[in-house]
Amino acid sequence: MNRSLSKSLFYGAIVVAGLAAPLLFPGYTFAISGLWVMILFALTWDIMGGQMGYNSLGNIFFFGIGMYVCAIVQVGLYYNVAAYTAPSGQIDVHFTPHQYYLGLTLGIAAAAVVATLFALLFGQIILGLRGPYFAIGTLGIALAAGELFGAWNYVGGGGGIALPTFPGDPGDRALFFYILCFILAIAAFAFLKWLYSTRFKLVANAIRDDEEKAEAMGLYTKRYKNLGFAISAFFLGISGALYGNMIGFIEPVEVAFPVITFGIFMVVMCLIGGKGTLWGPVIGAALFHVVRQLTWTYMLGWQWVALGGLIIVSVVYFQQGIVGWVLERWPERFGIRVDEAGSPDESLDADPVNKEAA
Amino acid sequence: MLENLHLLLQAPVLNVQLILDGVFVGAVYGLAAYGLALVWGVMNLKNLAQGDFVILGGYLAWAMGNHGVHPFVALPIVAVLMFAFGWAIYRTIICRIIDKDLFTSLLGTFGLALVMQQIMNQIFGPEVQSIDAGFQSLTLFGGMVTIAQVKLISLCLTAALAVAIVGFMKWSRMGQAIRATAQDPRAARVMGINTDRVYAFTFALNSAICGAAGVLIAMIWVIQPFYGIAHSIRAFVIVTTAGLGNLGAVILSALGLGIAEQYAGFTLGAQLQQFTVVSLLVLVLVIKQIHRGRARQVLQ
Repeated sequence: MNRSLSKSLFYGAIVVAGLAAPLLFPGYTFAISGLWVMILFALTWDIMGGQMGYNSLGNIFFFGIGMYVCAIVQVGLYYNVAAYTAPSGQIDVHFTPHQYYLGLTLGIAAAAVVATLFALLFGQIILGLRGPYFAIGTLGIALAAGELFGAWNYVGGGGGIALPTFPGDPGDRALFFYILCFILAIAAFAFLKWLYSTRFKLVANAIRDDEEKAEAMGLYTKRYKNLGFAISAFFLGISGALYGNMIGFIEPVEVAFPVITFGIFMVVMCLIGGKGTLWGPVIGAALFHVVRQLTWTYMLGWQWVALGGLIIVSVVYFQQGIVGWVLERWPERFGIRVDEAGSPDESLDADPVNKEAA
Repeated sequence: MLENLHLLLQAPVLNVQLILDGVFVGAVYGLAAYGLALVWGVMNLKNLAQGDFVILGGYLAWAMGNHGVHPFVALPIVAVLMFAFGWAIYRTIICRIIDKDLFTSLLGTFGLALVMQQIMNQIFGPEVQSIDAGFQSLTLFGGMVTIAQVKLISLCLTAALAVAIVGFMKWSRMGQAIRATAQDPRAARVMGINTDRVYAFTFALNSAICGAAGVLIAMIWVIQPFYGIAHSIRAFVIVTTAGLGNLGAVILSALGLGIAEQYAGFTLGAQLQQFTVVSLLVLVLVIKQIHRGRARQVLQ
């Protein structure tokens, strides 16, 4: 069987499996939607973190922004948001199906646009930071956003917003959002697969390896950094909008800006799978999500200790991740040619000997 | 929200209260920040678990207090315990990540922070705790300003600790070895300094300093398992503002942060106090960035 055929069969199998999963396991639709969201998290984190070497700890910021923007649009199209979120004397709300779908569509679009704009805005400021300062700066922005939204009464403050209810029964609702998450993750993967085949990947890797030298070679590093940041924000904004509607209720610290949970999960998933590769984040996310779903609730509070331990172990002992390890172990299967001559030092030593022998 | 600002202008004495409270709590931030500057400067480790070491120190003293140990007695014991803890952490985790890239140390210590706060949550419970050292309060300006005696004592203790640490770094053999390693680890190794031991000692010393700061925080304020991240961020704000190895600047920016936080808490409301700290961090980073941008010709 030739290579391209087996590849398209493989991708086809994934799409079929993704479509069949909620029909085969209707009880787990929500959990499997979560899987696609996680894969998207890991993929988008890897654009900056893995390919470009800009390790952000605050990418979850765009997720929360998307969630809130979508909610504000969905509600604000038909009602006064301040009155809707007021803790006392809730106004009577009813969304017709037409209103709901129109609001959702516009909300998702607005979420994507606003998140991208925020990325471009913050990119001007924080993308100049390097290494640990970038990581701490982004962490700071995400934490600050959570606190700020918690104090902002217009969007319900710490009490949060309840999103419009889906016009239809709960099973349809789960399936509807499952399909949206699935499409989003597949679209993000396809887009990144294309993006990584262009010049972008080369520039990103050059920035990761040595930004000064990349600049000296005439690459507009700032433009590429902004682009990478904006792409991750775009997808994260949409995923936030979808996730908020899936949960049905937005609250600033735990749902919209969960820095300690999702914000760290995306980093851990990339690390486990192997950062800086296309498939690494996907494999890491799938593995992490499945293990988390299976074990999380049985650990009775110790799951966080386990998560922290997992971070430490993967950082200390298993830095290259699963895909990185496989690439190292069997490089020839991925079309990477290994120079059997060994290290350059040895070949230098070998040359004079050969000459003498000759 | 801003009506409190008006209040401040009407009653200037309230400013005294805010500034004093800021100084008392800022001095303790300064201790933890100095520890961070130490490990950052000496072994290039950005310790995100800094705040959790502080909280752990506070909980150790609190646990001893439950068995009738006075916090002043507990302070040296906690420092010793935290020194041993820091040494153990260095040997198990830190020594494996300091020679890796920057993000590794950041993420590794973040994992450590997560583990520590969750274990504290499991052991000590999620409630807010504080230690009662059993002192009265002084009142000034006819009752407008109250100062808890324990805060004054904590300020003196902080100063004494700072002097002791500076003296140690300046005159003891180990302190000299630490400074030599910070300047040039390779040259230090050539001179016969066991740099690995120096790193272990530095990290343990940092942990002991944090532990002592934690005891003071628990005495004059409150501790809770999840407050660690805020303390870590405070330490980062102070160190990025002050730079490494400049004790005077560390003290000044620590006091400044303490006062700024008190003012923000008073005028904007307590729910935005933590926001202030975090946005100060972002602000400091941005200002630093602008400074660097001026110094460097960026390709546009």
